[in-house]
Amino acid sequence: MTVRADGLALSSGGEAVLHPVTLELQPGLPNVLLGPTGAGKTTLLRLLAGLDRPSEGRLFAEGREVTGQPVRRRSVAMVYQQFINYPTLSVFENIASPLRVAGLKRTEIEGRVREAARLLRLEPYLARRPLELSGGQQQRTAIARALVKRAALVLMDEPLANLDYKLREELREELPKLFAESGSVFVYATTEPAEALLLGGFVATLSEGRVTQFGPAGAVFRRPTDLPTARVFSDPPLNEAPARAEGGRLVLATGAVMPAPAGVADGACTIGIRAHQVSLEPLPGAVALPAVVRVAEVTGSETYVHCSVGGMDWVVLTPGVQRPEPGQEVTLWLDPQRCLVFGADGRLAAVAPLAEAA
Amino acid sequence: MARIAFERLAHGYPGSSAYALKPMDMVWEDAGAYALLGPSGCGKTTLLNIVSGLLQPREGRVLFDGRDVTALSTERRNVAQVFQFPVVYDTMTVRENLAFPLRNRGVPQAAARARVEHVAGLLGLTAMLDRRARNLGADDKQKISLGRGLVRDDVAAILFDEPLTVIDPHLKWELRSRLKELHRQVPVTMIYVTHDQTEALTFADRVVVMSEGEVVQVGTPEALFDRPAHSFVGHFIGSPGMNFLPCAVEGDTAILPGGHRVDLPRGYGALAGKVELGIRPEFAAIARDGLPVTVRRVEDLGRRRIARVELDGVPFAATLPEGMAVPAEPRLALDPARMHIYADGRLATGEG
Amino acid sequence: MSKPLDNRAWFLVLPVVALVAFSALIPVMTVVNYSVQDSFGNNEFFWNGTGWFKELLDPSTDLGGRFFDALWRTLLFSALCLLIEVPLGIGVALTLPRKGWGVAASLVLLALPLLIPWNVVGTIWQVFARRDIGLLGAAVNGLGIEYNYAQTPLAAWVTVVAMDVWHWTSLVVLLCYAGLRAIPDAYYQAAKVDGASSWAVFRAIQLPKMQRVLTIAILLRFMDSFMIYTEPFVVTGGGPGNATTFLSIDLVKIALGQFDLGKAAAMSIVYNLIVLTVCWVFFATTTRSQSEAVQ
Repeated sequence: MTVRADGLALSSGGEAVLHPVTLELQPGLPNVLLGPTGAGKTTLLRLLAGLDRPSEGRLFAEGREVTGQPVRRRSVAMVYQQFINYPTLSVFENIASPLRVAGLKRTEIEGRVREAARLLRLEPYLARRPLELSGGQQQRTAIARALVKRAALVLMDEPLANLDYKLREELREELPKLFAESGSVFVYATTEPAEALLLGGFVATLSEGRVTQFGPAGAVFRRPTDLPTARVFSDPPLNEAPARAEGGRLVLATGAVMPAPAGVADGACTIGIRAHQVSLEPLPGAVALPAVVRVAEVTGSETYVHCSVGGMDWVVLTPGVQRPEPGQEVTLWLDPQRCLVFGADGRLAAVAPLAEAA
Repeated sequence: MARIAFERLAHGYPGSSAYALKPMDMVWEDAGAYALLGPSGCGKTTLLNIVSGLLQPREGRVLFDGRDVTALSTERRNVAQVFQFPVVYDTMTVRENLAFPLRNRGVPQAAARARVEHVAGLLGLTAMLDRRARNLGADDKQKISLGRGLVRDDVAAILFDEPLTVIDPHLKWELRSRLKELHRQVPVTMIYVTHDQTEALTFADRVVVMSEGEVVQVGTPEALFDRPAHSFVGHFIGSPGMNFLPCAVEGDTAILPGGHRVDLPRGYGALAGKVELGIRPEFAAIARDGLPVTVRRVEDLGRRRIARVELDGVPFAATLPEGMAVPAEPRLALDPARMHIYADGRLATGEG
Repeated sequence: MSKPLDNRAWFLVLPVVALVAFSALIPVMTVVNYSVQDSFGNNEFFWNGTGWFKELLDPSTDLGGRFFDALWRTLLFSALCLLIEVPLGIGVALTLPRKGWGVAASLVLLALPLLIPWNVVGTIWQVFARRDIGLLGAAVNGLGIEYNYAQTPLAAWVTVVAMDVWHWTSLVVLLCYAGLRAIPDAYYQAAKVDGASSWAVFRAIQLPKMQRVLTIAILLRFMDSFMIYTEPFVVTGGGPGNATTFLSIDLVKIALGQFDLGKAAAMSIVYNLIVLTVCWVFFATTTRSQSEAVQ
């Protein structure tokens, strides 16, 4: 099955809520919509579902245009952040409900429900009521109900946001397997970069009502086309330093100089580097950047050092447990080979070779 | 500011003889930064509500600096609380919100004003003092909730109940580090309830891990990471959590499924119950030599990769080193210094 | 590009349009028609232009004086009802239990007056307040207080207002209670931690959170009380004298009592416009103040 959005856009009162989006959604993989609250994820989901009518653009399912079709006539299922189940029905009946509506035969329903329950490991709970289950099981019931319809398009709006951290981990591991086994097209909205990476499908990054990039998760993470994409797809937040490109060199505000990667035009630019690629130890060929420690957070095996670099907040991930004192001066080492350089227009001017590495 | 102590504290809900919180003795040192970590339903919020006085424990006593406050109401305990969903007084400005607890206590205007401005400075709210609170973002609203606790200079403890739940990932970093900075500037006892291990470890000096109404381990983030006292802690802390392999132990050798023998860093006496070898994915790497495994899936986390493998049918998470492709005959190398043995879920202390 | 909207959907609306036309539009047009004509019994109509309206809006004329008297009476009645029912409703809502069996019991009890047909309410109070056999009337007179709604205007007013309060306060209570129930527990807990008194909790949390339902409650109560007819008609018949002759009662007197269809039609149009204007102004100002607060 295929779903394609062609310039899908929504405006309200003359203001663009969602700028034109063109996407070729991939079957069997999660298509993750990644962006902060208010970036337009839910708006796009609603347009894809047909709950709202786009003010421009067209939507195709399996090559046929479905733009104006009412939701009821489309093959769409949805899972929400809140666990939405029928409280008075058993888990079995909850999962079966869309099939009963569709008027399927009893044996067919039985078979499909069992199959969905097996995939989502709900078999022991089929006779129970949703409220007797844990949050994770409730959400699995909602997901099973979405799957059992065998809809062409399954939309999930932050489905794990209300679950415990460990349950989230568990479901994040299970979901990609489900996606692969089903033939549907899955769209999955989340605010968390880590989740987008873990699900391991395609990612569309959203920023201020615009889809900034769409591609395989790893590729978008390592080769963001512009600054907003890099910012959205970075956790901890992207470290940034303003700089000027002059004749093959980048001059930082601190006066530090590093060789500019090929293809960087002269003028103002922004250097972006992720927390784990900044080092507190000197590296060959690295540029020193003075910083002042704000606070250090120990995770057990690693330390996040929050520092202030020329007035900007930076986060550095360093291996091992360290407890630098707040106010302490430290030197950060930037390997030019790991820096992303963005031009004055915010476009990625050059990818450094080592930013590609894990 | 206060040292908080529990004496044989226990709690159960009316109409049930079962304990929601099993009897415990515990001390929260003055000016400590604590995290209370556990899955939903483990009793952590119940415990928090007992500290704040919103809930009366069924048994035992709560002491603030040695004074019995068990029967005291919330408002007389001088605790502040930040909730999961930001609570601000909608019709008031930020300034009025921050001044609210002082006004309720009849603090003179001039003193209240100075105090509010000081706290607004600490939280970075100065620029928005005269804006209406209801129009701010969730992160600023959470700062206001926190600020209402901080304005009182007599506050004994600040309690956080999953305060970052509704905050976007980027702002979480900012808010969390600010919280931590704040704790250094204003040394007040802070207790932070969460199910998110990253939040717990990064915020706290000491983490209290709870499961099923019981405290299973209290320790520094390093201690919980390096030497989990219980397999639950090993599993709950770390992402992914610790791997556990069923095994038999003979002295300083473990016999893994499939008969593989592994040298342990310590020797062990006779162990009762279910014996398991625990090792974190960080210390188990895919390599060319070691135990033969089947790779099921590789997760790309951006800054590292996790290989989901099977070792004689037992699922296992290992690190795939930077730049390495999955070898044709993948093997698993375990760091011998990082192995622990668990008997019936409890860490076994070896010798040597 | 294919047509995204299916225009045939409009056919589905047709029955409703027809129904509205029949039930609302046609009668309204008839009233407008009457309002510009004068009639003499046997279906003879004469063009009168804006004559009735001029007379009606000029207090020095017979009709105008009568209209304005009734209008002030009605406004006073509405004001009294709102002033009593809203604070009382909020007060009762605040004291209702928040959980347990008491919730259902009090809600059912409160809903009872709302379920009684209006003319029955009138009849109940007419009997209840009678000085000879009514429980209330006899008791008050027994206390030595002269009370006779059929004779003194004040007693009539007290009776009519009391009846409206008895009948409709429950509505305000139920709406406010719904608003209060929607406040998350965390707000109360936070207020406790902040050391807030009950009054401070009311001002800082409960009142702001009830703002929306209160808007609706006030609007409903204003419209209803401003258009009240059945209950006072049953109890006092607009008397003693004209003391409780509200606009609606007066309207019926003119239309059916005197069969002055033109006058009555003009009056009902003005009456209607007043209700619409007040509601619109009220709604516009409250929604604006709310949306301003959001910005």
